[in-house]
Amino acid sequence: MSEYNFAYLDEQTKRMIRRAILKALAIPGYQVPFASREMPMPYGWGTGGVQLTAACLTPDDRLKVIDQGADDTTNAVSIRKFFQRTAGVTVTTATTDATLIQTRHRIPETPLTQGQILVYQVPIPEPLRFLEPRETETRKMHELEEYGLMHVKLYEDIARHGQIATSYAYPVKVEGRYVMDPSPIPKFDNPKLSDSPAIQLFGAGREQRIYALPPHTHVVSLDFDDHPFRATKADHACDLCGADASYLDEVVTDDAGGRMFVCSDTDFCTARVAAGHKGRLAAEAA
Amino acid sequence: MIQVDNLSKSFTLHNQGGTVIPVMAGAALHVDPGECVGLVGQSGAGKSTLMRMIQGNYLAGGGSIRIAGTELVGAAPRTVTALRRGTLGHVSQFLRVLPRVPAVDVVAEPLRALGVAQALARERAECLLWRLNIPRRLWGLSPTTFSGGEQQRINIARGFVHPYPVLLLDEPTASLDAANRQVVLSLIAEAKARGAAILGIFHDAEARDAVCDRLVDVTGFTPGRAA
Amino acid sequence: MTAPILSVQHLERRYGARIGCTDVSFDLWPGEVLGIVGESGSGKSTLLSCLAGHQRPDAGTVTYDGRDVLAMAETERRRLARTEWAYVHQHARDGLRMGVSAGANVGERLMAVGQRHYGDIRAAAVDWLDRVEIAEDRVDDRPSAFSGGMQQRLQIARNLVTGPRLVFMDEPTGGLDVSVQARLLDLLRGLVRDMGLSVVIVTHDLAVVRLLADRLMVMKSGRVVEQGLTDQVLDDPQHAYTQLLVSSVLQV
Repeated sequence: MSEYNFAYLDEQTKRMIRRAILKALAIPGYQVPFASREMPMPYGWGTGGVQLTAACLTPDDRLKVIDQGADDTTNAVSIRKFFQRTAGVTVTTATTDATLIQTRHRIPETPLTQGQILVYQVPIPEPLRFLEPRETETRKMHELEEYGLMHVKLYEDIARHGQIATSYAYPVKVEGRYVMDPSPIPKFDNPKLSDSPAIQLFGAGREQRIYALPPHTHVVSLDFDDHPFRATKADHACDLCGADASYLDEVVTDDAGGRMFVCSDTDFCTARVAAGHKGRLAAEAA
Repeated sequence: MIQVDNLSKSFTLHNQGGTVIPVMAGAALHVDPGECVGLVGQSGAGKSTLMRMIQGNYLAGGGSIRIAGTELVGAAPRTVTALRRGTLGHVSQFLRVLPRVPAVDVVAEPLRALGVAQALARERAECLLWRLNIPRRLWGLSPTTFSGGEQQRINIARGFVHPYPVLLLDEPTASLDAANRQVVLSLIAEAKARGAAILGIFHDAEARDAVCDRLVDVTGFTPGRAA
Repeated sequence: MTAPILSVQHLERRYGARIGCTDVSFDLWPGEVLGIVGESGSGKSTLLSCLAGHQRPDAGTVTYDGRDVLAMAETERRRLARTEWAYVHQHARDGLRMGVSAGANVGERLMAVGQRHYGDIRAAAVDWLDRVEIAEDRVDDRPSAFSGGMQQRLQIARNLVTGPRLVFMDEPTGGLDVSVQARLLDLLRGLVRDMGLSVVIVTHDLAVVRLLADRLMVMKSGRVVEQGLTDQVLDDPQHAYTQLLVSSVLQV
């Protein structure tokens, strides 16, 4: 414990990141550059999120870390351990119990509440990147609100697939101003971005960008009048807890085509099972 | 309708030691509505040069050219463009068109530029093509592939498709057979009858005698010769 | 027709001590096509990019429709550039998005000005492809699958879909086969006439300006040496350089 400063980063660095966070909260959806540090994990493993978490943690916080909704995957486990070791904070898997949640690719099913902070790990913060590779140009486009290009991407989807096929990292417009990449969450989660009572912070370590949604920010998913946005999920109920409105993972169970659908949010699913809800395969799984 | 006074012109050949060649001095003529005036004079006397100046194709050195009340000498390009579009018709000896554009559209083009709808413009163009004995199977083809006589008739059709108050005709009957020459002469007569002022160069004496009310000899406008 | 759509006064652009273009003045009237000719390095492309706002001139004024272009906020100038103005590049790939379909290329300007109905955007794209003689079944193909002439026509469709009033063209027929050039010129001429476009076209090809331009401006070493009615400048050139230029063209 004592060989590390609290939460690994030195105080000056945390102060620098907090300033960036404050600026990001003041301009919802705007990408604030920050001096991203080398972390003891490779880029792509959540270095942006980890730095945000480090800058926000206090000794009283209860930390939850999820990867694709699950508390028990490698990435989640190692980040949780990292902060247990360097900050000594309490950790939890219960969404309702946590004061700070670091996430990769999901928003918890259980609605967040006031006082909670949700930290997203972001690989590519620039939603315009795939159509306009020049950073100088994309910055100008944000500055001048030239967002026609985002719809070009959606147009291509419909032209190619008959519908908007983008199913994750689905672009949103924040408070009618900045177009933002919500990180690779499924578009099923997009509606949860809007009007959330929690603070939502987005960190991209390699790209050195922080952006944020303060509580109760209006967030709209881009779409066409005749191809409106739909928050889709697999057309099933969870085979374990029976939930019919949660985001599901498809799990192949044998080599004979057997498969099951389970909630990707393990905490949500476990809590429902504990409360007596049963899915199609509940008996076997238990 | 055409009023030319004291018109002069010289060419300066900058790339040949700055040689200055005076080609016209003191040219004067007028053409009234309903009148056809023929320019005569030896080859090289300046008939074509004078026509080109009146058309705005050559810059005048000095003097005055008034077309339907508009001064051409020193006029802004857009004044000349506007004049050519609606007032000053022109039949040249050379057909300069884009490949690929069908003959009927080449003829209809002056009307389209005046804002006449496509269908009506084509109809008027087809009328003239028919009168000028252009076979119907050629109407949809580009005139770039036509014979000399056919190209000449396309040019004539372009010049007569709109009732221009002023018409400049440069050898309109050259390279035409007797029947088509007759059609052109009646087109000219009709234009005169509706009050057009026509200035033309006709090498063909018979045609000249048939349509011209007066002749103007340009030899008198040639510097050096006049002296 | 009472006022010029574009008015340029004493425009100058320098690159250090070197002159890009200097003392350029002209008025462009609605529906008029102005050709700018000159050899490479004569300043014609510099002038065009100053007019279109791609470069900032060092001196002079550019007035569009009564508004001072150089004093405009960039937001406003860029809005103009995707609504009332259009810019056709010499190389189609500079003016196209090669990674998205032909339909999306045409639709982009519509989406940029706020159209949000996929069906309408696609219908407009198909209509414009038809107007530039590209078959409807190519609407979902990428421009990289198109020939040079088709790419250029696609670029024109992409530019004209929002019904601009002023079009800048930089050597639009350069690098194309002669037969493809003729088709493109015919197309451009029809569009200019039917849409009442005002055009500034830069080229070194005198045949192109003779067929397309009402007026001609001849540039040499960054200066305008002669301007006037296109056929007059070509048939009765006054300036030594223009005479040289005209007499240098090979007759065919």
